[in-house]
Amino acid sequence: MSIEALAKDIAKIIGKENVLTSDADRQSYSYDSAVLEPIIPAMVVRPTEVEQLGLLTKRFYEAGVPMTVRGAGTNLSGGTIPDSTDSVVILTNSLNKVLEINEEDLYAVVETGVVTSVLAAAAAKKNLFYPPDPGSQSISTIGGNIAENAGGLRGLKYGVTKDYVMGIEFFDAEGEFIKSGSRTVKCVTGYNLAGLMVQSEGTLGVISKAILKLVPPPKASKAMMAVFDDLIKASEAVAAIIAAHVVPCTMEFLDNTTIVMVDDYTKIGLPRDAAAILLIELDGHKAQVEDEANTTIEVLKKCGATNVVLAKDPAEKLKLWEARRMALPVLARAKPTTVLEDATVPRSRIPDMMRGIDSISKKYNLTIGTFGHAGDGNLHPTILCDKRDKAEFHKVEEAIDELFDIALKLDGTLSGEHGIGTAKAKWMEKETSKGTILFSKKLRKALDPKSLLNPTKQVNMYE
Amino acid sequence: MSDLKELAKKLESLDDKIISCMKCGLCQPVCPIFNSTMQEADVARGKLALIDNLSKHILTDANALAEKLERCLLCGSCQASCPPGVKIIDIFIEAREVVFGYVGLSIIKKFIFRQMLAKTWFFNTAMRIGAPLSRIVFWKTNKDHGTYSAPLLSPIIGKRHVRPLPLTPLHVAVGEMDTEAGSSGIKVAFFAGCVGDKMYVDMSKACLKVLDHHGVGVYMPKTFPCCGLPAIVSGDVDGVLKQLKPSLDLLMKGEFDYLITPCGSCTATLKEFWPKYAPRLSKEYGEYAEGLEHKVMDINAFLINVLKVESKPTKPNAVKVTYHDSCHLRKSLGVISEPRQVIGLSGEYEFIEMANAEKCCGSGGSFSLAYHDISVDIGMRKRLDVAESGADIVAMGCPACMIQIEDILSQKGDKVRVKHTIELYAESLDK
Repeated sequence: MSIEALAKDIAKIIGKENVLTSDADRQSYSYDSAVLEPIIPAMVVRPTEVEQLGLLTKRFYEAGVPMTVRGAGTNLSGGTIPDSTDSVVILTNSLNKVLEINEEDLYAVVETGVVTSVLAAAAAKKNLFYPPDPGSQSISTIGGNIAENAGGLRGLKYGVTKDYVMGIEFFDAEGEFIKSGSRTVKCVTGYNLAGLMVQSEGTLGVISKAILKLVPPPKASKAMMAVFDDLIKASEAVAAIIAAHVVPCTMEFLDNTTIVMVDDYTKIGLPRDAAAILLIELDGHKAQVEDEANTTIEVLKKCGATNVVLAKDPAEKLKLWEARRMALPVLARAKPTTVLEDATVPRSRIPDMMRGIDSISKKYNLTIGTFGHAGDGNLHPTILCDKRDKAEFHKVEEAIDELFDIALKLDGTLSGEHGIGTAKAKWMEKETSKGTILFSKKLRKALDPKSLLNPTKQVNMYE
Repeated sequence: MSDLKELAKKLESLDDKIISCMKCGLCQPVCPIFNSTMQEADVARGKLALIDNLSKHILTDANALAEKLERCLLCGSCQASCPPGVKIIDIFIEAREVVFGYVGLSIIKKFIFRQMLAKTWFFNTAMRIGAPLSRIVFWKTNKDHGTYSAPLLSPIIGKRHVRPLPLTPLHVAVGEMDTEAGSSGIKVAFFAGCVGDKMYVDMSKACLKVLDHHGVGVYMPKTFPCCGLPAIVSGDVDGVLKQLKPSLDLLMKGEFDYLITPCGSCTATLKEFWPKYAPRLSKEYGEYAEGLEHKVMDINAFLINVLKVESKPTKPNAVKVTYHDSCHLRKSLGVISEPRQVIGLSGEYEFIEMANAEKCCGSGGSFSLAYHDISVDIGMRKRLDVAESGADIVAMGCPACMIQIEDILSQKGDKVRVKHTIELYAESLDK
């Protein structure tokens, strides 16, 4: 069946205004936020009701067309870049209803295309809290967050997306409806398919709805900044705070390159000779926060912080966080191309990781600014380059290879929160095992015999 | 230029600016069009990719690119929230010039930009004849807003509710002015803008009253041509220059410390675009426009930052007023607190901040005619925020926003009135 005929067929299901086939429209769904080559799909479809997802999947499966499901297209590993020019992109951003916020049982039911911050705001309106806060929360969709198991700044204390998924409804490759999990805290009915769908990157099914856990919001919070003249001391402080049984909701790290660049740009008076700064936020009950703040300050000083600044009011808190908020924008302005990595190590290995990054930066003569989530070892070494400079970009690729080698040597992982997609698929076996790749392939082959769901992501079904 | 290769080559010069787009998508949540259509080609990330694709011969349909470029309010929301700081508006305007030049400007637009808006006598005469004639086809629709609709003109203006054109425009009612600086020791040139001259005449008179009250001398030639923004956003450089030259000639004849406008869009155009286009007239014009850049100021900013007018305490039972940020004032010029302060100056009004005040109203000049449905959809969201604020009046600093918001509120029969911030202040001077 020609793509034109298929488009006509699909238009009967979702209306022709929701079938995009012009060159310009198709080209605007050929990329996501990853620094990868775009691939222009054959067709883009935008269902407006969740039930249509099943009908579409069934139809495309019968026609043998590869499918890539796309929320907002903000992932950093190429998960929403079509696999081939025969692919169809299924947009979920019109499936954006918050169906229920339950105050008695503390959960939300949402359609797949609800934007993360929209859900968080809907929960906040009822004085509830949805903690996962990926950097793209104002854009990214819940379906995408689940498919990528998105993290964020609050990972250390509150966990990541997977910790909030109570249930998922989805359609398999052939359009069958599947339901897993429930509105109850406990549910052991059948396989934990909802869990399987988390971080499956659109390879196992098409998510339509999710039941997500909500929590009571913290009543108080306190923010502080600690300055260190030595990376090891900063890293030891991170571990020591946790060893003192204080779990901050966020514990962010900025290296010297980032500090200097942010200060150059914002002139907010950051300690320019500091080796690192830690930005720490504590939340919880007022008395508990007071108590934990005292302990934290004590530990920080004991670990050799040269200065600790405590925000006295919300305005000061906002000012403290300015340095972290500006980290990515400032790094991104320095050079045309920004390669944002997320190799993650156990937090005790951060100094080793930082030394590794430093040696890579020198070896390849690349500017690398590093910031990130020190509390969970999830750093974002950000390589500043110009992808048009072929020789330089080749060095960047080599540097990334080496970066992953170091992370794995330190018992870390390729990706803390950005996903594998096509960007990191080639390193998968290095971190896992040959059997892991085979198992994944067998699993997918069984569920999707024609290999049509995001076939080149995570493990390449064409190879 | 009729060769696609040549078009691609011209767009290639934008590569250095486009390359910085990291495709993060942070333009999505702030884009009014995207939030209405949810289509990637309607948001900056998509448009930048398409411009890039045409320059690399991946896209070969110039008309399609022209259409996508047109679906933009140029509100600058994307640029204001862009992490790598891509100069999105500059890119769009340059791309419009090249692409619209390639696909050709409509005869109507050419006529409007190069003849009507450039030649003041022509525009003025047309409007003088048009104003009384419009009374025949306009039927009063909403008493609270004084707006009319014109079913006979619906092919042009749709079902819009607009204020009737006053029979006496500013240039007839007031005419030329050249008064010396008074107690303030300051003299300004006053640029009312097309809407200020021909539609919201009372608003312009309010500005002159306020300037007079504070002892500010005014230089105002009989009429200026259009500031050029409609031609700029349509990529019609010829039209821009035809409008710009007479404006600069008029200004060169006057002496003044500041060039003041009551229109956020005019202010942004005079300040940001005139220095870019004037060098194409001659070196002398270029230097003059560059010198003007520092004199151009929004009237709210002038009252607060230059005249340093101090506010009086808010009276009990003051009228509740909320404020809508014009995109040009807020995102291009950074004029954010000043208009809000102007509302509070007299003590007659209690300022209430509404939710999403910074979001575009959907006007975007001719955008609202070409893409009326999207424009209304965006405007309706603004209406909800206005209603939720509980204010009696929604004030703003841009006549283009006033037309749009008055239309939206009038359509829905809302009682909230639309005012320019300076009108409110001027009214309080009589109390």
